[in-house]
Amino acid sequence: MELEPGAFVKEKILRVQEYALLSAAGVGNLFRRPLYVADIFAQADLIGIGSLPIVILTGFFTGAVLALQSAYTLSQFGAKSITGELVSLSMIRELGPVLTGLMVSGRNASGMASELGSMQVTEQIDAMRALGTDPIKKLVTPRIVSTIVMLFFLTIVADTVGILGGGVVSAAMLGIGPSQYFHASIDILRYPDVLQGMVKPIFSGFIIATIGCFYGMTTKGGTQGVGRSTTQAVVASSVFIIALDFIVSRFMIGAFGR
Amino acid sequence: MTPLDAPSATTPATAARDAEPILVFQHVALGFDGKLILNDISFTMEHGETRILLGPAGCGKSLLLKLANGLLAPDSGTVRLFGKDLRSVLRDDLYSLRANTGMVFQEGALFDSLSVRENVAYRLREENRDEELIEAKVREVLQFVELEHAIDLLPSQISGGMRRRVAIARAIITQPALLLYDSPTGGLDPITSTTIIDLIVKERDVFGGTSLLVTHRLQDAFTLATHAFNATTQQMERIPNRGLAPNTKFLVLNNTRIVFDGGLEDLLRSTDPFLQAFLA
Ligand SMILES: Nc1ncnc2c1ncn2[C@@H]1O[C@H](COP(=O)(O)OP(=O)(O)OP(=O)(O)O)[C@@H](O)[C@H]1O
Ligand SMILES: [Mg+2]
Repeated sequence: MELEPGAFVKEKILRVQEYALLSAAGVGNLFRRPLYVADIFAQADLIGIGSLPIVILTGFFTGAVLALQSAYTLSQFGAKSITGELVSLSMIRELGPVLTGLMVSGRNASGMASELGSMQVTEQIDAMRALGTDPIKKLVTPRIVSTIVMLFFLTIVADTVGILGGGVVSAAMLGIGPSQYFHASIDILRYPDVLQGMVKPIFSGFIIATIGCFYGMTTKGGTQGVGRSTTQAVVASSVFIIALDFIVSRFMIGAFGR
Repeated sequence: MTPLDAPSATTPATAARDAEPILVFQHVALGFDGKLILNDISFTMEHGETRILLGPAGCGKSLLLKLANGLLAPDSGTVRLFGKDLRSVLRDDLYSLRANTGMVFQEGALFDSLSVRENVAYRLREENRDEELIEAKVREVLQFVELEHAIDLLPSQISGGMRRRVAIARAIITQPALLLYDSPTGGLDPITSTTIIDLIVKERDVFGGTSLLVTHRLQDAFTLATHAFNATTQQMERIPNRGLAPNTKFLVLNNTRIVFDGGLEDLLRSTDPFLQAFLA
């Protein structure tokens, strides 16, 4: 691969532009007929119900390990009793949204990239266009909508299960009573905390769906190309989720002071 | 809802039937990575015409077909489909224009996760037809391509020849005003090829559609030009007295350009060395 720096940069910029156009068209189609409602539900089932087990498992163990680690640190300052507050704040503001985003990205950004990528290299996307269907309307828009909606609810599930996991560990291993733990974890929450935790999955969902679809729709180079798109989609969406998480956190903390 | 068979008043084909040719290429050029593949391509297809596109492998026949329904945009020149310049139509209008064309891809391009039924029904579902009509119509076209028994199978469960016929069924189900066939007999045995050519002749003579067809088999091209579908015997028969199918014409591509545009007699009489070698 001998690419001149100029050509390389130009190609990257064109890719970003292509991505922006695809995302804009994907969202814009929400307001133009037809809206593929059946496809939205099919995707929601695939993404939402399909991801439930891994989200519950990761959520539970994240909460559990968080309780374990923070209780140890806190006990050095004689503050073991506030373990519940720490677990709940970390879960809701940060770990719930980010880990759910990463899990769903690993599962669904890759799924979208490989499904649409295979369709692309076997000319099925062209066939769809030839049959008079806009593939962005039929394939991309439903994935954006259902990923955002489902990620939102999956994050709530992860938060809940995480706090529960922390509670189980606190009661079973750390000698913190359930009532003390849950009281602490609920009382500490303020409106900005919840808002921050609820805004993040909206961004992550958008990133997962648009990046997965973008890499899928622009796949070139046969089956090997599909593999490449799949990997790149997961890598890119995971990095963007974490980067955007930082930006949203910074903005929200700036706006609400916590 | 209008019956499916009656062309609706809004189809561009009906509107443009008398005034405008179905498809016009004017000085179309297309290249990749600085290499010109198609250059100065101009031709016109009138309503009811069958155009057979011939040319050596890799000369750009598939690309030409994709230019015809706007799947690709030319580097220069204009393509007019149903009287509309494809470059100037809006995105949504382009999709409705395409809904009036059918395309059979070289590799079939069936939706591999949908059954034969759903592949064939695709267009009708897009048009939100009701369930009973879809089922009836799907069975009817599958009967036409003699594949009713495969209705519940997936594309991976049927043979290459059957897949090609499903692709034809999917393309013709709404009787679009223009059909684009990309090598419908490519890579198939002579018997299956004949079955498919038979179907195309039947399509042409029963429904009188307009079609642009790529083929590698000269034999198929000659069959198309010299045979007609007999409605009484329900079979394809040779036109008597060495007659030729009216409106069945040829387009030959070579070395980026159109080297022949006309009827079978002129093609056979041509003294062009390339054509003589190609037809030999
Ligand atoms: N996406 C593309 N990028 C670069 N070159 C391409 C692309 N698509 C087609 N080509 C080139 O254009 C030429 C024509 O391709 P096309 O598929 O139209 O050939 P064809 O006439 O249909 O051949 P065949 O008879 O084998 O089907 C080929 O040389 C091919 O390498
Ligand atoms: Mg070809």
